[in-house]
Amino acid sequence: MLLEIRQQYTFFGILLYVASTIFVLYMSMGQPEPAVWNGLFWMIQLFICVNAVAKSFLAESKGRILYFYSIAGSVDFILAKLLFNVLFMSIMSIISWILFIVLLGNPVNYAGRFLGINLLGGISLSLVFTFLSAIAARAQQNAVLMVIMGFPVIIPQLMLLMRISNVVFSDVLQGGLWEIVLLLTGLDMLVIILAVILFPFLWKD
Amino acid sequence: MRKTWWKIVCIILLIYTVVGGFLFSVPAREILHETIRNLYFHVCMWMAMMVLFTTSVIYAIRYLRSQNLKDDIYSVNFAKVGIVFGVLGYATGTVWASYTWTEYATSTQIFKEPKLLGAAIALLVYFAYLVLRGSITDVDKKAKVSAVYSIFAYIMLFPSIWILPRLLESLHPGKEGNPALNFNDLDGRLRIVFYPAIIGWTLLGVWITSLKIRLDLLKNKNILHG
Repeated sequence: MLLEIRQQYTFFGILLYVASTIFVLYMSMGQPEPAVWNGLFWMIQLFICVNAVAKSFLAESKGRILYFYSIAGSVDFILAKLLFNVLFMSIMSIISWILFIVLLGNPVNYAGRFLGINLLGGISLSLVFTFLSAIAARAQQNAVLMVIMGFPVIIPQLMLLMRISNVVFSDVLQGGLWEIVLLLTGLDMLVIILAVILFPFLWKD
Repeated sequence: MRKTWWKIVCIILLIYTVVGGFLFSVPAREILHETIRNLYFHVCMWMAMMVLFTTSVIYAIRYLRSQNLKDDIYSVNFAKVGIVFGVLGYATGTVWASYTWTEYATSTQIFKEPKLLGAAIALLVYFAYLVLRGSITDVDKKAKVSAVYSIFAYIMLFPSIWILPRLLESLHPGKEGNPALNFNDLDGRLRIVFYPAIIGWTLLGVWITSLKIRLDLLKNKNILHG
């Protein structure tokens, strides 16, 4: 099941997209301040996510959905999609971080900690967008809907992520870091549980 | 008569709230002064909104279990009136803030205020719910998809208006629990108007919703009964 989904993705297309966006940023910004770097980084993450993950349901043709419907249960299907998108987004976050280091400089003081935050952010974004794209795929004009539904949900997540990733730029360790990490992880679990419970209703069509 | 008693209660409570809210004596507080009377309106709006959204999500779950279009109509109308109360809560909050916060806070501080952002996000999520409903034409599909989304939206309320603002620094009171329900914080003189006011506003919300539901049921009579 997983392998099947994995094949159909235009992995290199997205990769090219990431690389060219970051290159354009480099051309216009040079080496920005840590705060700007942080903001840009999460914005790029967001747009990668919208472009790659959000398409996961929208890009499927009717015939293919029918095929999946016949070979797999709804819970297996949504779990496979979530898992795939999480992996995909984690790889993408790491690649874009490497590109950021190469082109825009590296203001990060604690690499390990930032790696963790980075992965957490990628996972959170991909989970939310996978679930929302499953909903939006049921409606017309789904690309617009995706954005309308996604952004209010994503704003608090991004706010939290930017807040905790500020920690790695300064030498002083701020309190409340673990609280926010826990909150984000909790949110992720919540989205997974909701997706598993609610997806069967969307699937029967 | 059997079913109208709560409407009468609602009217009496609201008259009492408005009269009592403006005329009774209130404790004098730093910065707040007389604006503390807004407690009877601003906080009650959010309470009523939560009650309406909760009812809405209960009907959404019922719809998913029963596939009965009536439940969908209940759910969407509770959500719509809940949104109205949310907007009113925001408006009364703005009035309140303009008399209190502006005395010592800068405008950037107010714009970055986590509680305001949280509430705005919560309302945006629910606006997206209406947009989602508008974009699907098939009745059954619309009901199903919007029921799923409304459960999701309800769950998203909790991080955005309950958890997140509690973690961040804020001008708004209530970082440690709910200030309005805290007995040490709330004077007895406030309480005798505040609790009836919550009930009154909530009943008003339910009343408006029930009228809207009856209208919708009549409009969709031919679909509902085959």
